[in-house]
Formats: sequence, C-alpha cells, structure tokens
Amino acid sequence: MNYLPNILFAIALVIGIGYFVKNVRKLIRNIKLGKDVDVSNNKSQRLKNMINIALGQSKMVRRPVAGFLHVIVYVGFIIINIEVLEIIIDGLFGTHRIFSGIGNLYGVLIGSFEILAVLVLISVIVFWIRRNVIKLKRFWNSEMTSWPKNDANYILYFEMVLMSLFLIMNATDVSFQAMGSGNIISQHIAPLFSKIPEHTLHLIERSAWWLHILGILVFLNYLYFSKHLHILLAFPNTYYASVKPKGQLDNLESVTKEVMLMMDPNADPFAAPEEAETNEDPEKFGASDVTDLNWVQLLSAYTCTECGRCTSSCPANLTGKKLSPRKIMMDTRDRLEEVGKNIDANKGEFKDDGKQLLGDYITKEELWACTTCNACVEECPVSISPLSIIMDMRRYLVMEESAAPMELNNMMTNIENNGAPWPYNQMDRLNWKDE
Amino acid sequence: MTVKTMAEFMAEGKQPEILFWVGSAGSYDDRAKKITRAFVKLLNSANIEFAVLGAEESCTGDAAKRAGNEFLFQMQAVTNIEILNAYEIKKIVTACPHSFNTLKNEYPSLGGNYEVLHHTQYLQQLIKEGRLKVTNNSFKGKRITFHDPCYLGRANEVYEAPRELLKELGVNLVEMKRHRRTALCCGAGGAQMFKESEKGDKDVNVLRTEDALQTNPDVIATGCPYCNTMMTDGVKFKEKEADIKVLDIAELLANNQEL
Repeated sequence: MNYLPNILFAIALVIGIGYFVKNVRKLIRNIKLGKDVDVSNNKSQRLKNMINIALGQSKMVRRPVAGFLHVIVYVGFIIINIEVLEIIIDGLFGTHRIFSGIGNLYGVLIGSFEILAVLVLISVIVFWIRRNVIKLKRFWNSEMTSWPKNDANYILYFEMVLMSLFLIMNATDVSFQAMGSGNIISQHIAPLFSKIPEHTLHLIERSAWWLHILGILVFLNYLYFSKHLHILLAFPNTYYASVKPKGQLDNLESVTKEVMLMMDPNADPFAAPEEAETNEDPEKFGASDVTDLNWVQLLSAYTCTECGRCTSSCPANLTGKKLSPRKIMMDTRDRLEEVGKNIDANKGEFKDDGKQLLGDYITKEELWACTTCNACVEECPVSISPLSIIMDMRRYLVMEESAAPMELNNMMTNIENNGAPWPYNQMDRLNWKDE
Repeated sequence: MTVKTMAEFMAEGKQPEILFWVGSAGSYDDRAKKITRAFVKLLNSANIEFAVLGAEESCTGDAAKRAGNEFLFQMQAVTNIEILNAYEIKKIVTACPHSFNTLKNEYPSLGGNYEVLHHTQYLQQLIKEGRLKVTNNSFKGKRITFHDPCYLGRANEVYEAPRELLKELGVNLVEMKRHRRTALCCGAGGAQMFKESEKGDKDVNVLRTEDALQTNPDVIATGCPYCNTMMTDGVKFKEKEADIKVLDIAELLANNQEL
C-alpha cells in the first residue's frame, strides 16, 4: 500500500495531461477549419515580433500599471513552474524535495519562487480590485457579462489559491523550514502553524502539496474553455500575425483573376471556362461564417484574452456605437466552438445548423460602424487584427449580398461612373488650377 | 497657377521630377482644393518640376475597398496603374494619406510599383535639401496641435515628418492626450465619410475635436483632407470657428511664406 500515493499521482498526471492533449487536438482541428494563408515569408521579422511582443511583453507595458503587474504574473508563472518539475518527480517516485540535494542553489531557487509567489499574489489581488472594485470601464462593456466576466475572475481566484498553496506547503514543511534556506517568505508564515502538532502539520503540508499540483492540472485543462489560452497561443499568434504595414489590406486574388480577364482586350467573353474550374464551386467573396476566414484569424480568436484594450480605443465604441472589436473576436471564437461541437456530434462532418457568424453573432450595424482606423490592431498586446475580420465580412456583404448602406452604394456608383466618390465630371478634375 | 499635366510633359518629351497625385478630395472638395493649391504654391516656389494627371487621374479606390467592394477597387487600381506605368512614373507625392496608403501598399501586388511619399515627407525632404526655405515666422509661438491621420500614422507609421515641419515654423506644438499611435480617428476613414454614422451617443469627429480643444490651440493642424473636413465640422459644432483654425501643414507653410 506504500505505493498508493505514487499510483494515484501517476493516474492524476495521465488524466490531466491526456485530457489537455485531447483538447489541444480539437483546438488545432478547429483552427484548421479556416482557409489557408501563406505565412512562410519574413521569417526573421516574425521571429523578432514573437520575441519582442509575446516573450518580451513589449506591447503590454504601454499601459504601465496593468503592464507592470502582468509582467510580474507572467515571469512568476514561468519561473515558479520550474518547481512543478520537482513536484512531478517527487510525486512519481515518492521522494521529498528531490532537488534539495543540489545545495545552496536550491535555497536560492525556492527563495526566489517564494518572493515571486508573493508578488504574483499581490498583482492578482490588484487585478481583481481593478476589475471588481474600481470597475475599469473596459471590463464592464456589454459583452463582458455572464461567462466572460466569471471566467476572468475564476482565473484570478485560481492564481490566488495556487500561490497560497505553494506558500503554505513550504511553511508547513518542517524539514524544509529546518534547512533554513530558501524559506525567505514562508519562515514568516510558519509561526502561524507553530501551535499545531507535527502530525497535523504534516497532514496540512501534504494536502497543500496535493492541492497545489492537482490545481495546476485542473488549471491546465481549464485553459481550453477559457480566455486564458493566451498564455500559450500568444506565441504562435504574434509569429503568424501580419508583417505588412497596418494600412495594407490584402488584394483578393480571386477578384484579381476576374478583373484581369475583364481588362484583357484579347479575352474572349464567350469562352467556356477551363475544364478544371467547372467542377469547383465559384469562390465565395469575403466571409459570412468562420470557415470563410483564414486560420490565422481563427487562431487569433482563441488567443484573445478579452482584455478590451482594443474596444477601449475604438472610436466607434467610444462614441456609443455597438461595434466592439473585442466582441468581434469573442463572437468568432464562440461560433467556431459551435461549429467544432457540431462536427463532433455529427461524426466528423459539419451539418448545416442554419446559423452563421454574420447575423447570428455579428450584426451589420457593428460592421458598418468601423472606421478602419487600426486603433484596435495597434492596441492588441498579442497582435490580433479584429479589423481583418470586419473587412472580410464587409466584403461578403457588398460582393455577395449587395447589402451596403444606400449612401455607400451611391459613393461606389460615383466611383464607377466618374472616378470619384462624388458625382462630379472626371473632366473637371483639374478645375482647381484656375479657381 | 502653373500646373502641367503628364500629357504635356510627354508632349515635350520630358519627365517630371515627381507626379503630384491630387486625389478625389483634393480635386473636387472645396476645402481640400485649398490644400491642393497651397501645396502647388510650395512646389512652384521651390522650382520643382512636377506633373499631375489631370483628367486622367481617377479615384484610387480606397473608399470602395474599405467599404468591401474589392471588385471596384481593383478595377480602379488596374486602370490607374495602366496610366501610371504608361507614363513611366517613378515617384508619386500626394497630400491625401488614403491615396498615399493605397498607392504605396496596395498597388504593388497589382503591378504598380512606385516610390510614394506623403506631402509632409516630401516637404521635409525639400527643406532638408535646402530647396524649400522657411524665411518668415508668422506662426512662431502659436499654439498648434497636430491631429495624426490614421492612414499616415498608425497605418504607415509616419509620425515625425509633419511634426518636423511644425518645428521648422517655430510653433508651440501642444500634443493632445491621444496622439501618434494612440491618436483617435477623426471618424471619416473606412468609407465613413460617405455615409451616416450608426446610432451612438456622439459623433467621432466631435470627440476628436474635444481632444484637440483640451490643448487650447490657435490652430488644429492635420495632413489629410478628410480629417480636415471632420475637424472643421467639429470646431463649428463646438462654435469655436472664430478662434480656432483647422489647417493642413502645407497651408501653414504656404501661409507662412505668404505664397
């Protein structure tokens, strides 16, 4: 029976990691529902972006308070997780603090973990206060009710509990305290437990240890269901994000083909389409559902952590319009999840559910309120472009449904007829010279 | 004023130093035409051999593209590129950030490859090279705030050129709280200029004008004909048009030289 804890630990580890891997596979499957897009260019620039923006948090610190606290939590998260390695070895082999044999370095390591744990705890508490007491506006927009609101708080509670458990685990570890090295914080917590008999103390230490590692496994699996996925996806997302100037929209190649044909004086207007093309559906222009978007846009939807910096800088949103760039990303993810579940329920094939991203999630009113000013793209700390999704949906509205607002149709007719958005004669283009 | 078309240069068998892309707003909009004329005055005073396309110029297609009409955009682009390439244009300067962005970023993959500059970049070059001189100082010490056009700033990261020009004029540049990459849009981009805005509690240009008014400026400077319209309307809405002027950087330079 001596091996029972080891076996239980191994089982927990296998279930925890196994379920996570299963969901990661689903995540990748869903992202691949998007259209292909060439991201093979500018490798060094992409790598640089990932290192600066994701690893280096360069865009986070543009808002200094949130940025500074975030860096603490981020660094704490990465470094403290070195400790998880020891926990896993201890758990599997029934050892206790296997790394403590490495001498002074161990104390330095655990000591810095403890300091970071306290800093993370403080940061997370400040985050909670900003969200729930100060009620920063961007955390209280209309899309931030129910699950998104709770999700954000659950993550904070998780982190508070995990950090507390780590410190309690150290404080109640009699042999660790006796070492007198690395307990820089926990030595001050230990006196709280001084009246407790050693047997009970050991029980508390074991409970904290178990809850800590089980908590980490649960948190790992919580990611897939949460906005917290950004801790993993920020890296690929900053790598695959556009490396072009922000003002540059892609030129739709399917349109280029047709335009070139129209402009070609030698083209035969009555020619039958080439054989190969006849079997294909004509390409759809723009996007009405998630499967019309490209996979980088879908990856971005999973990456979005709903911080709302985009929405808080969006001119449309700031002036009371319905558009919120954050909601565009949240809707895209929600719809993608729905499509994924549909595929799971129908043995790997999507069955039409009579719904789509356009209309059922994102309304025309939101799409037409965008000024394409790129403020949302500039703000996003993980290089998401809500604008690219808005543009693809506008393209669908105009080119597939001819559903532009009337004034825009007038503007476009003018361009077509007179080469200007206003109804002036093209021959008058140089009149300003003599006025 | 002296303005030659490409066709005229062609007839003389000459090639101009630059093509001035006037843009639709600069050609037809009454307010924007003043900016066009101010820029031409500066070009002439610096003895620049420049040409315009005149009636051969057509809308770049920016507004159509951003409204979602990729067909119309590419039709416009291909038509313009055909003309520009036929004239073997190498260098284009424009006073409209929307034309600037489209010509610079979106024409190349359709076969139009040119060196494209915003007029503030070009004017800065001319001053640096000593071809354009700032001799008066009629704006010295004036409180001037600069509104960054989205398609110049965030879209193409040109923040310095217009500010450098303001420095040349010796003005007291007072920045708005939201400036450079955090600058708020004027509300005209993305084809919004041509439609009513969606329901909300304020117009974007009013909010942006409020940003500007907080700096207590004598002049709101900008570098885009659409921003100019929006800010001018905003200033009127706030009933400040008697005290505060909205001017393009080119107008400031031309007015300073009393051109």
